[in-house]
Amino acid sequence: MEFFKNAVGRKILMSITGQLLIIFVIVHFIGNSSIFLGADGINAYAKHLHDLPPLVWIFRLVMLTGVAIHIIYGIQVTLENNKANTKSYAVQKHLKATFASKTMIWTGLLIALFVLYHLAHFTLHITNPEISAGVAANFDALQRPDVFKMVVLSFQKGLIAVIYAAAMVMLFLHLSHGIQSFLQTMGWNNDKTRPCFGAVGKVVSGLLLVGYVSIPLVIITGLLKL
Amino acid sequence: MSEHKTMTLTLNVWRQKGPNDPGKFETYTAKGITEHHSFLEMIDVVNEDLIKSGKEPIVFDHDCREGICGMCSQVINGVPHGGQERTTVCQLHMRKFKDGDTIFIEPWRATAFPIIKDLVVDRSAYDTIIQAGGYTSCHTGGVPDGNTLPIPKQDADYAMDAAECIGCGACAAACPNSSAMLFTSAKVAQLAALPQGQVEAAARVKNMVETMQACGFGNCSNHYECQAACPKGIDVKFIARLNREYLKAQFK
Amino acid sequence: MILDGKCPQGPIEKTWDKHRFDLKLVNPANKRKYNIIVVGTGLAGGAAAATLGELGYNVQAFCYQDSPRRAHSIAAQGGINAAKAYPNDGDSIYRLFYDTIKGGDFRAREADVWRLAQVSNNIIDQCVAQGVPFARDYAGYLDNRSFGGAQVSRTFYARGQTGQQLLLGAYSALSRQIKAGTVKMFTRREMLDLVVVDGVAKGITCRNLISGELESYAADAVCLATGGYVNVFYLSTNAMGCSVTANWKAYKKGAFFANPCYTQIHPTCIPQAGDYQSKLTLMSESLRNDGRCWVPKKKEDLGKHPNEIAEEDRDYYLERKYPSFGNLAPRDIASRAAKEQCDDGRGVGPGGRGVYLDFSSAIKRVGEHTIKERYGNLFEMYEKITDENAYKRPMRMYPAPHYSMGGLWVDYNLMSNIPGLFVLGEANFSVHGANRLGASALMQGLADGYFVIPYTIGGYLATVKPSGITTDNAEFKKSIEEVQNYSKKLLSVNGKKTVSEFMRELGSLMWENCGMARSKESLEENLKKIPALREEFWKNVKVTGTGADLNQDLENAGRTADFLEFGELLCRDAHHRNESCGGHFRTEFQTSDGEAQRDDENYCYVGAWEYKGDGKTPELHKEPLKFENVHLAVRSYK
Repeated sequence: MEFFKNAVGRKILMSITGQLLIIFVIVHFIGNSSIFLGADGINAYAKHLHDLPPLVWIFRLVMLTGVAIHIIYGIQVTLENNKANTKSYAVQKHLKATFASKTMIWTGLLIALFVLYHLAHFTLHITNPEISAGVAANFDALQRPDVFKMVVLSFQKGLIAVIYAAAMVMLFLHLSHGIQSFLQTMGWNNDKTRPCFGAVGKVVSGLLLVGYVSIPLVIITGLLKL
Repeated sequence: MSEHKTMTLTLNVWRQKGPNDPGKFETYTAKGITEHHSFLEMIDVVNEDLIKSGKEPIVFDHDCREGICGMCSQVINGVPHGGQERTTVCQLHMRKFKDGDTIFIEPWRATAFPIIKDLVVDRSAYDTIIQAGGYTSCHTGGVPDGNTLPIPKQDADYAMDAAECIGCGACAAACPNSSAMLFTSAKVAQLAALPQGQVEAAARVKNMVETMQACGFGNCSNHYECQAACPKGIDVKFIARLNREYLKAQFK
Repeated sequence: MILDGKCPQGPIEKTWDKHRFDLKLVNPANKRKYNIIVVGTGLAGGAAAATLGELGYNVQAFCYQDSPRRAHSIAAQGGINAAKAYPNDGDSIYRLFYDTIKGGDFRAREADVWRLAQVSNNIIDQCVAQGVPFARDYAGYLDNRSFGGAQVSRTFYARGQTGQQLLLGAYSALSRQIKAGTVKMFTRREMLDLVVVDGVAKGITCRNLISGELESYAADAVCLATGGYVNVFYLSTNAMGCSVTANWKAYKKGAFFANPCYTQIHPTCIPQAGDYQSKLTLMSESLRNDGRCWVPKKKEDLGKHPNEIAEEDRDYYLERKYPSFGNLAPRDIASRAAKEQCDDGRGVGPGGRGVYLDFSSAIKRVGEHTIKERYGNLFEMYEKITDENAYKRPMRMYPAPHYSMGGLWVDYNLMSNIPGLFVLGEANFSVHGANRLGASALMQGLADGYFVIPYTIGGYLATVKPSGITTDNAEFKKSIEEVQNYSKKLLSVNGKKTVSEFMRELGSLMWENCGMARSKESLEENLKKIPALREEFWKNVKVTGTGADLNQDLENAGRTADFLEFGELLCRDAHHRNESCGGHFRTEFQTSDGEAQRDDENYCYVGAWEYKGDGKTPELHKEPLKFENVHLAVRSYK
């Protein structure tokens, strides 16, 4: 269908899938924030998730499709754009484009890499098996997998905490352009809405950055421990 | 008025003999320039010197020299039209520069705007986009009285804001993706805002966007560099309008 | 020879309708067998090409710019007249007709002007249907303003960019036809010759400005919509590329050039700032609706900041001289009045060539906000060029060449004396007489293109068979050869002076001796100096590069060479017309209070010049003008 090849059609698909991913990121954060309630909080949350197998799989399928569309079109569109603009200026000054808007493809790809790492780390237990393997064998007092322990032990390692924090900065950059870009692409931008839309993008992406980074931060500083 | 103060400037100008020539920068000195010279009059001065010394003058597009025809097209120090707000090159005056400044002058650069010679590029792709639907298909004669359909003043004003586009190409030249979305959207939005244009709105937006792609322009990724460079200050809200019109067209 | 304009007879109100009926029609199936060339894609050319294409003819359209959207019609700011009478203020087709005849100082054909007034209403409807965003009132209806001395509000406008919006309307119609394949568009082509076969116009020779190649195009009819020639003054409000070249080449192939001395000097332009200046910028005449023109009464006040000059020391000269029209006096009158003040040594700004246009009382009356709303873009433009804020201090203005009422001679069908050669818009001489009223140029361009030529060209083509002529014809080969040799000659002089130096010299001769005021002596001086300058040009001009690619120096050289010939004809026409009328003001012929003095007994005719060969005096032909509906009267705006 023409829509899937069209410059605007693909933009719309990218922004809709982007929004799905933002919703996921927000929900994921709310879930993760249960870690502040201690082991009871996050372990209960993890168990709760595992007890809804069919729903989780449908959800995962939708997310996977969304991610695939977002990444494939992202790469395709960027390649086309590079082809449209082969020669750059000897002197170039940008008046409006931001670091974030110009690096969407890179922040996006880094986030994708991070997601793979994140899955390998916490879901598939490939990286740092000494932590995750222990967890797999360990159950908490209520016979739930002790996710709390796994997270805390992980983030007590400086390198892992830094990787997570850096990824969240990428996410922040990606969203600070992505959210207002979504509103523009959906055609909701006009004289009245624009000032508010710009702010919404910055506030939401900023809050997510602060929220996500706070987890490794409280752990590495020792405010949250086993 | 300080008429006796003059400036001397160093110009690095892109010279390219033809489409297949690799092109390079040449350095020239512009002497005796006053603050009242327009930018193009400054180049005129350099060109007169070049002609007198038997060299070929710098070729550049220009015509009305009052900021409305959209012919002039130079990237000055990295910004199309030189970066003075809502100003074409021909309306840019040398009072914006200082004695001793070094200025880089380049043509529009985009795959869809191939260079013809020096600072002159081929912008016929913009005509092709308009030909894809930037009109109402009314016949000459046989139309109703102009006052038959009242049009709310705010709609007429909105259409006029969009219609001010001069088709100079600065938007695509400034866009990091070389997208012509601002140009395309200005026409789509103008006609979509008026009852006369609404009849063909769905086909128009589809055809014009497809043609824009086919011409080799990139995709819009909302940098808004176009609006900043536009000598008429065409607003990116028209791109939002195009997106909306495109979505609407999917359900027709 | 006495020329016949072939105007229809009978009651003026019926002339166009009757004539339209009398014109022969081309069978719809036959239309595509006819090829038509349209040169120039401004309002007249763009509209004509679009409309003829839509009718089914095979159209080839040409412009020297890179896109048909850029013709200089785009720069018209103020508006377009139509006799819609929406404001209920007493306007009518008859009044628009009357005003145009009188405004033209009784030097235009009645029937042509009537037709213009009649179709003016169709133009507005057409443009609205195209999506031209005309200004509207709060009820959503089309807004009108009073403009350029008219006492009714009949001017339709789109902010300060009416010309742009109308041109983009015509361009959109043209684009539709290009897409449909009925019009083939050739951009970056400059017409350098008209090809005449057996006395009939059959095609053109043009230079492809990119490749430098000379190209031939053949057709059954050629329409020139190639604009005006006031760049002969070098500094004018025209675009840099505007030239007399296409018209001049047609003239040299036998088309008569009518009334070249009728040039309009627009009163409100930004004064020249220095010698390097390449063009002058017009500020819409609508500014005079709220601005008041004045100069200091005393010469000793000249050095002062205008705001420091006391009210009683200001001479509001237009209000003083023309109490009933005041600042809204017609263009020729306002321009001359400004020149008088400056000649009197009371001009302001560099070189004493400027008058103030003051908005302070309007700002006091309606507030800065309203003034900004009305003229914001003009004030912005003024500040960009002069670095002065006109909300705080009066603008400085000076007249500048703006429009040419003269042009190639055409009959009522817009056909020149060469069969098959039609001339549209500013390029012809037809409706403005000796002076054009504000907001009438756009009206004429679109009237000719949308509503006149589609009928009249059919009337001509119906009488000739599709010729099937091709560019293999010997005349085309000959024409190419001539143009080729001409270019070679320009390139081979290899002298010391640049093309612009010659153009500046010619411009200053024209402006000083044949500008706002002319006299026998000044014109005779030019008739000596211009041929001398021309001779020097061919001995000492330096044109760089070759003819084999994009060469703007060569383009300018060709245009300048034509202006050097044409300037002489303009002066000759001004010299022969021993009267003052409209834009042609001969100092010997003025009333005791300095107003233009017409001589209806001896000069109530169109003067059309025929080329007789290089170095030979052109021959004057006359077309007498008859006024049966508007009585010849002294034009008074007091």
